[in-house]
Amino acid sequence: MPSQNGKGASGSPWRSGSTPPDLEGIIRQGQDQLKKLLPGGGSRGFILLAVLVLAGLGAWTAYYTVPSDSVAIVQRFGKYLKEVPPGLHFKLPLGVDAATIVPVKRQLKQEFGFTTPGASDPYQSPRDGKRETEMVTGDLNAALVEWVVQYRISDPVKFLFEVREPSETLRYVSESVMREVVGDRTVDEVITIGRQEIETEALAKMQALSTKYAMGLSIDQVQLKNINPPQPVQESFNEVNQAQQEKEKLINEARRDYNKVIPLADGEKDQRIREADGYRLKRINEAEGDVARFSALLAEYSKAPEVTRRRIYIETLQDVMPGIRSKIIVDEQTRSILPLLNLGAQNGEPR
Amino acid sequence: MKKLVAILALVGIVTYVSLSSIYTVSEVEQVIITQFGKPVGAPVTSAGLKVKVPFIQDVNPIDKRVLEWDGSPSDMPTKDKLYISVDLFARWRITDPLQYFLRLRDERSAQSRLDDILGSETRNAVAKHELIEIIRTTKDRVPLRDALLTDAERDMGSLVPIQKGRKLVEEEIFAAAAEKVRVFGIELLDIRFKRINYNESVRPKIYDRMISERRQIAERFLSEGNGEAARIRGNRVRDLNKIQSEAYRQVEEIRGVADAKATEIYARAYNQSPEAVAFYEFTRTMQAYKSMIAENTTLVLSTDTDLFKFLKGMRPDGDIVPAQGLGDN
Repeated sequence: MPSQNGKGASGSPWRSGSTPPDLEGIIRQGQDQLKKLLPGGGSRGFILLAVLVLAGLGAWTAYYTVPSDSVAIVQRFGKYLKEVPPGLHFKLPLGVDAATIVPVKRQLKQEFGFTTPGASDPYQSPRDGKRETEMVTGDLNAALVEWVVQYRISDPVKFLFEVREPSETLRYVSESVMREVVGDRTVDEVITIGRQEIETEALAKMQALSTKYAMGLSIDQVQLKNINPPQPVQESFNEVNQAQQEKEKLINEARRDYNKVIPLADGEKDQRIREADGYRLKRINEAEGDVARFSALLAEYSKAPEVTRRRIYIETLQDVMPGIRSKIIVDEQTRSILPLLNLGAQNGEPR
Repeated sequence: MKKLVAILALVGIVTYVSLSSIYTVSEVEQVIITQFGKPVGAPVTSAGLKVKVPFIQDVNPIDKRVLEWDGSPSDMPTKDKLYISVDLFARWRITDPLQYFLRLRDERSAQSRLDDILGSETRNAVAKHELIEIIRTTKDRVPLRDALLTDAERDMGSLVPIQKGRKLVEEEIFAAAAEKVRVFGIELLDIRFKRINYNESVRPKIYDRMISERRQIAERFLSEGNGEAARIRGNRVRDLNKIQSEAYRQVEEIRGVADAKATEIYARAYNQSPEAVAFYEFTRTMQAYKSMIAENTTLVLSTDTDLFKFLKGMRPDGDIVPAQGLGDN
């Protein structure tokens, strides 16, 4: 039950889990049985033996199974005969029909610049990891780009018969397209802002080329992995990031100072205006109060001006005088003697 | 027994002869039949079981598929004297198997012919163009810019302009090489640059340039940060002064209005008649005394004052007038 026998496509895909038959064991078994049948040997026996061996071989090469994720392409004497779905199938034995199993439903991938260990597909991992990643950008800088291409075999007939090394060709196409796309971009686009766009454009270009090359492959996805500047330059890229952070920090600090002062000043302004408003109200109310009092007084005053005036005068002085410690009362006519009468000293002492 | 051996021998011979006269052609190949090394008949291009003259004719299978050619990376200078390492791949197929068979015999010599022809055409084309022409493809592409970084990156982060671009250079190489390989019965389908990179010896210089470019951007960021911070500080002082002076102005305006209003109110009341004026003056003075004369004031008073005139006698002046006023009260 070989996955491929006779004259199949020489550039076949990898074997998919099917093991070659244990022919040696079968022959040995047959010989043992024969020895039992024919202890003495003889020509009849040899013919029987030959026929048995042929029949055995024929039976063993007449069937094959196709795994559920694959189809088989059957060639009769090298000519394409049919495509066979998964399951157990029979074919003409002894090298007349050859079945090649192609895993059409399996999602395949190729990695560029890095390796996931344990890959069964020999085309999955890079052969020349470091060199694959090195690219020149459109502003003549250098960048290291890692990416993955996800693809499937969409047309097993084309895959087997059109192109000799379709998977290898896909690697070439992928590298070529990725450099073309990166070559049209600045290093900043490649490293930071343009990743999405690069993936989309690379995918479109790879799909176009894969159709043009009739490789029987359909490319589903292109994903960028790590993208870095070359090692000696990385530090200076970090410096830029730091400077960017520093810039933000400086601006934020200045904003902080601004915010610390300005809203407060705004509030204080409002406070002062309100206070001034308060002053205005107070001033007017007081004026009106004063005036009301004055007007009331005036009305009474004008009824008896002289006596009111005297009363107010005397009352005021009565209020004022006791508080004064030194009072000198002088008689106009005895001015020359200058009698000193210290009212304040006598009055002030008891306090 | 002898008869049996003879039969067996005959069967063997017949089998051998028939096996030698039939052959299969796979979908992926075409066959040239040679007789004593010389090709006979047209090449067999259809797949399946075929017949030939036994023993004297040989089957020479030749691949019918699209074949790959992967050049080895080689260093070459560009027009701007930069040493770069260029790696090409091409796809080709054998379109004239007879010619191919006569001229090259096998694929190894075909690959080496392709090495020679494509190698030299690549050198020619690369030497005629500046590096950027091989790197870039789209002539007038505008690069994306990070909205946050526009200021710092205005003078860098731009693409170097090109005249032709990668695709046209590839086409030049292709056109020149396709012509030359045709004589071998080979059709060149296309060629593409697989890898282009700076040569090891150029790299340190390129890295130095990148580093200096980055440093410049970093400095620019810092200075932008400081500049913006200074601007904000300036705004702060300006806004602060504006707010405070506005406050001062409004406060003074309001107080002015208040004082004016109060003055008007007072004036209207005190000025209503000459009597009011006199009364105001009198009461206000009295009020003022209360606050002006303090404990430590020394007051020298004459007995002539209204308050102390009675100290000298009941009727110091003899004609005291207020009697009338008292009578009124």
